[in-house]
Amino acid sequence: MKVTIKDVEYIAKLARLEYSDEEKKTFTKQFNTILEYIDKLNELNTDDIEPLSHVIELSNVVREDEVKQSLPVEEVLKNAPSKTDTFFKVPKVIGGT
Amino acid sequence: MTTVAEGIQYEPVIGLEVHAQMLTESKAFCACSTQFGRKANHNVCPVCLGMPGVLPVLNKKLVEFIVLMGLATNCSITSRSIFARKNYFYPDLPKGYQISQYEEPICRNGFVEIDLPDGNRKKIGITRIHMEEDAGKSIHDQDEDTLIDINRCGVPLIEIVSEPDIRSAREAYLYLSKIKQIVTYLGICDGNMEEGSLRCDANVSVRKTGDEQFGTKTEVKNLNSFRYVEKALEYEIHRQIDLLESADHVVQETLLWDADNGIVVPMRSKEEAHDYRYFPDPDLVPVVVDEPWIAGIRERLPELPTERRDRFIEEYELPRYDADVLTVTRDLADYYEAALQPVKDGKEKSYKAVSNWVMGDVLRVANERAIEMDQFPISPEYIGELVTLIEDGTISGKIAKDVFEIMLEEQKSPAVIIQEKGMKQVSDTSEIEPVVQEILGKYPDQVAEYRGGKTKVLGFFVGQVMRATKGKANPQIVNDLIKKSLDAE
Repeated sequence: MKVTIKDVEYIAKLARLEYSDEEKKTFTKQFNTILEYIDKLNELNTDDIEPLSHVIELSNVVREDEVKQSLPVEEVLKNAPSKTDTFFKVPKVIGGT
Repeated sequence: MTTVAEGIQYEPVIGLEVHAQMLTESKAFCACSTQFGRKANHNVCPVCLGMPGVLPVLNKKLVEFIVLMGLATNCSITSRSIFARKNYFYPDLPKGYQISQYEEPICRNGFVEIDLPDGNRKKIGITRIHMEEDAGKSIHDQDEDTLIDINRCGVPLIEIVSEPDIRSAREAYLYLSKIKQIVTYLGICDGNMEEGSLRCDANVSVRKTGDEQFGTKTEVKNLNSFRYVEKALEYEIHRQIDLLESADHVVQETLLWDADNGIVVPMRSKEEAHDYRYFPDPDLVPVVVDEPWIAGIRERLPELPTERRDRFIEEYELPRYDADVLTVTRDLADYYEAALQPVKDGKEKSYKAVSNWVMGDVLRVANERAIEMDQFPISPEYIGELVTLIEDGTISGKIAKDVFEIMLEEQKSPAVIIQEKGMKQVSDTSEIEPVVQEILGKYPDQVAEYRGGKTKVLGFFVGQVMRATKGKANPQIVNDLIKKSLDAE
């Protein structure tokens, strides 16, 4: 499967990112190189291999249900380009999900 | 174009997705508080904010809660389950993905049973129950811009997905009520739909009765109260039937229930253009629930609503209606059983009498004052004592109502109140007889009427004697004494 410029535009849209045509061309090439590389793996026979979701052999890393101090609200809002009271402010989102 | 013959029967096919907010102290993947109603962005840390380099760590209690729910709904528990990232872009989701479970949910293939109005019991399959985190809150109407509060981000949820086994809006309501009953019995969710602790989306389609294949389905969102669930589904079922009847077709789409206008409206296509690109979350290692852990959780499983209801019918010989009402919430059922303590060796008559008090006066006052049973001013044992005091003739049922009212105000046992206020019923004939004679002497005309055959005036005399004794005379004895006097001469 070859990645086209349309795929790149679609992925950029899902991430709400905008790129120049030049950049889109570069990404198309790069995406294809990555996928070709990954495709190599398809040459392996994996019939009897359990799918691997994590490379480290760990399970049940959990914490007890205890509340700890949250971040001071000034810190929380420190990087926000826009805020009001203690809310973050973002451009109007039409409708809701 | 096909024409639709008259009298075709349609059958709705409904599946529900229910989100329940878990009653943990801290969030699913960080130690921020889950407390509701805090000032905006005060329960927030770098994990909630999706800062680079942070590491989420799973709350053990969330696993225990969902396994409890899985066991209560007859699910098989997946021994090794993993978390996935569900990617979508929205400002109240700072990470750009929601941590959820996709391919290996922790609970699968369960069922709950609902009691249909006709008395039959029906199984509704549960496809899966998985863990996930809540998103933040967007406020669109307080400013020209959208305001974002991240407090709710990361609050633990479980999503319960039913099989498409539901066949009417009523059944959907009963199923949802059952889920609410179970989560509240388990103490893992407060079950409050209006506050969003329990949320419901529905997949709805209709087909001709007898058809094997499902019709085209729509997804109805925003069913945020028990009242709306039934109403919205009725509406959608009829909308789809009308489309099919007019030889039109149902479009697969996502609809929002508009409670103000009582209709469903399509969500804009842009809003549903989701491509979630699920993949295993590399930050979170698998959850392995082994047999000893499950066994430990199973021990904490309380008696569930349906079992308890059945036991109430069996053990206390209550009518089904009483058993249904008394087991609606665990607190109420506990209250009833605590109230039975003083009458434990009584007969089914006493069990029913206690039931009448709890379903009647107790629930009435709880509703009037809008309080939960654990805040009810009268301790349940006193209700049981009150019933025994009526049954052994210490007080009449009428006086008992007065004692009940006093108990609401003063935290004293009924025996103490009766003692202090001198409310004890008088059953001693030598005390009542003079009053009877006095009343009969006072109303010679009515005495004559009675003797002339108008025996209905007996009630009048009883009333007068009861009034003269301030309700304390044993009405049965009063009745007997008056009758004896009038019939004697």
